Amino acid sequence: MSNVRPASSAAPLGDFALRCSGLQRYLGQGDGRVHVLKGVSFEARRGQVYAIVGPSGCGKSTLLYLLGLLDQPDGGDIEINGQRMSNSDDFARTAARGAHIGFVFQFHFLMLEFTALENVMMPMRKLGRLTAPEMEARARMLLESVGLGAKTHRLGTQLSGGEQQRVAVARALANQPSIILADEPTGNLDVKNSTLVFELLTRLAKDNGQAVILVTHNPEIAQRCDVTRPMRDGLFV
Amino acid sequence: MSPNFRIAFRFLTAKKRAMLMSLSCTVLGVGLFIVTQATTSGFEEFFVKTLLGTDGAMRIEDRIQDTLRSMEVAGSPDFQIRQREGVKYIEGVEEPQMIMDTVRSFANVRGVSAVLRGNVQVTSPFKTEDAQVFGIKLEDHRFVSELERKITTPEGLGKFQESAATALVGRVLADRLQLAVNESIVINVRGESRRFVVAAIYETGVRDIDKTRIYIDLADARSLLRKPTGATFIQISLHDPNRARQEAAHLEEVLRHSVRPWQEREKEWLSVFRALSVSSAITVTVFTLIASLAMFNTLAMIVLEKTKDIAILRSMGYERRDITRIFLWQAAIVLAIGAIVGGIFGAVVSWGVSLVPLPINTLFKTEHFIVALSPWHFVQAITTAVVMVMIASLVPARRAARLEPGDIVRGTAQ
Ligand SMILES: Nc1ncnc2c1ncn2[C@@H]1O[C@H](COP(=O)(O)OP(=O)(O)OP(=O)(O)O)[C@@H](O)[C@H]1O
Ligand SMILES: [Mg+2]
Repeated sequence: MSNVRPASSAAPLGDFALRCSGLQRYLGQGDGRVHVLKGVSFEARRGQVYAIVGPSGCGKSTLLYLLGLLDQPDGGDIEINGQRMSNSDDFARTAARGAHIGFVFQFHFLMLEFTALENVMMPMRKLGRLTAPEMEARARMLLESVGLGAKTHRLGTQLSGGEQQRVAVARALANQPSIILADEPTGNLDVKNSTLVFELLTRLAKDNGQAVILVTHNPEIAQRCDVTRPMRDGLFV
Repeated sequence: MSPNFRIAFRFLTAKKRAMLMSLSCTVLGVGLFIVTQATTSGFEEFFVKTLLGTDGAMRIEDRIQDTLRSMEVAGSPDFQIRQREGVKYIEGVEEPQMIMDTVRSFANVRGVSAVLRGNVQVTSPFKTEDAQVFGIKLEDHRFVSELERKITTPEGLGKFQESAATALVGRVLADRLQLAVNESIVINVRGESRRFVVAAIYETGVRDIDKTRIYIDLADARSLLRKPTGATFIQISLHDPNRARQEAAHLEEVLRHSVRPWQEREKEWLSVFRALSVSSAITVTVFTLIASLAMFNTLAMIVLEKTKDIAILRSMGYERRDITRIFLWQAAIVLAIGAIVGGIFGAVVSWGVSLVPLPINTLFKTEHFIVALSPWHFVQAITTAVVMVMIASLVPARRAARLEPGDIVRGTAQ
């Protein structure tokens, strides 16, 4: 079906989907300028699930935006599937986002004027690898797997926060990205649904060899990940 | 359907009110552009049609006589250059028949008619007025003017053609003299009087013509004005009057007579119309400017409201130029609807305006507003709207494309 390897072939050492080193990021202007990331290094192998944990305000989201190529670091390197992205242009970073990265935002999830199904199809339409019926079938399958098979034609505005979040997870998986970055993907969910979403992500990592990196405040979930990286004040501890 | 178009359409329909606002501005812009151009050019075209129908496309007037000066070329006494020193005009056309025969051989020439003109006094039982007689041969003149069609009593035309000493009198002059068809007038030139019968009354709508001209047969005019040969001018009509300037220049060269095309003859009025159409073009461009400002406003608003959607799209791999296109598509959708509705609106309003009563009887004759709708007006209106609205839309569209997804999600985008 695609270029991703089965997880059973336990990723050999050095087979990193994502690598970053010495990431620096300052935010704000003038007196309000804050040194948010103070040299973060991190690597993620295919087929593994990573949890980034830490107190509020320690820089988890900031790091995830950098890893998702949505923001540019003030220092340090980022490598996606072996390609250095830190000083590539907007065009290359955009292409990499479309082909290799699935991102779930912490707060806003959907384009509200579109139905759940259209939201999930949106990245596929841009990538254009599948035919329209294939896209729709895949989008339905993904929504089914996050427990929303019955609500595919609801507009974003007609879904609850948790439902929107699950659609966003389904959308992040749309193009079968090799890296999934999710900023508290279970933040708005009840126990049953957070388990559902977490297990979906874990299964994908294992079955398709995708690297999953999630930020979470939920210790139970963090515990069930392959690797947990605690963060404090802009640094991994 | 491209994904960008799909997204654009959904963004627009989500902002119905703002979109209807800029749509109606576009409709008004396009529609009023069409109406204004249609009325301005309507009057101009009608004026041109009237003047071509009265005084023809060109007139051959005076004979040109070059005054030449001979000069010896230095060092060679046998070789002389003759140089034109100035141009002298000899009034009138001395050999009209020869010139008419030459002119008829030109492909673009539709009709040629020699006219002998003279100032006269005309007396009715009621009073005396100054006037001008125009001696014509009707069988020639019908090809160079609309005179025949301007006659209010068509049965009189036969009489004018058949009987000598009959005249066609303008409406205004006839009214002043309180003349009716078949009544007689006395035409007086330099102390000599001649009696004519009014065969018919014509009305061109051009006041200057209707109050002064009396058309009589060329033979009658020759004897009345004591001009057995020659003509005052030769009136020419063309198949393509727009080529009058070129034809006139050519004829002037060939005939050695001054040839005046209608564009030159009616220069003053034509420049008034030109100024009018420029000023109305400025007005209508302002309408379109308003439409483009409205579009700018709508798009800028949508961009502000949709920053998060822009961040989501960018995170999924949509490029900067996709974002630009999404917003330009929105403008294009509004423009497409605006052009169609505006075109229909313009056509309907123009038709409505053409029903508005407006009696004019000086430069030309009309009872209503004159409207000349041409496809060209639609093209102009739509092109102007497209160019201006698209330029106005580029600003918010590019702004949207420049937004950094990282800044948007942190809420620091501006
Ligand atoms: N625009 C900004 N200007 C200055 N400082 C900022 C700006 N945006 C964020 N910060 C600071 O950067 C730090 C890291 O923010 P970040 O959103 O990464 O935290 P987080 O770890 O994701 O927290 P949470 O768990 O609450 O989501 C915070 O201390 C925050 O105050
Ligand atoms: Mg955060």
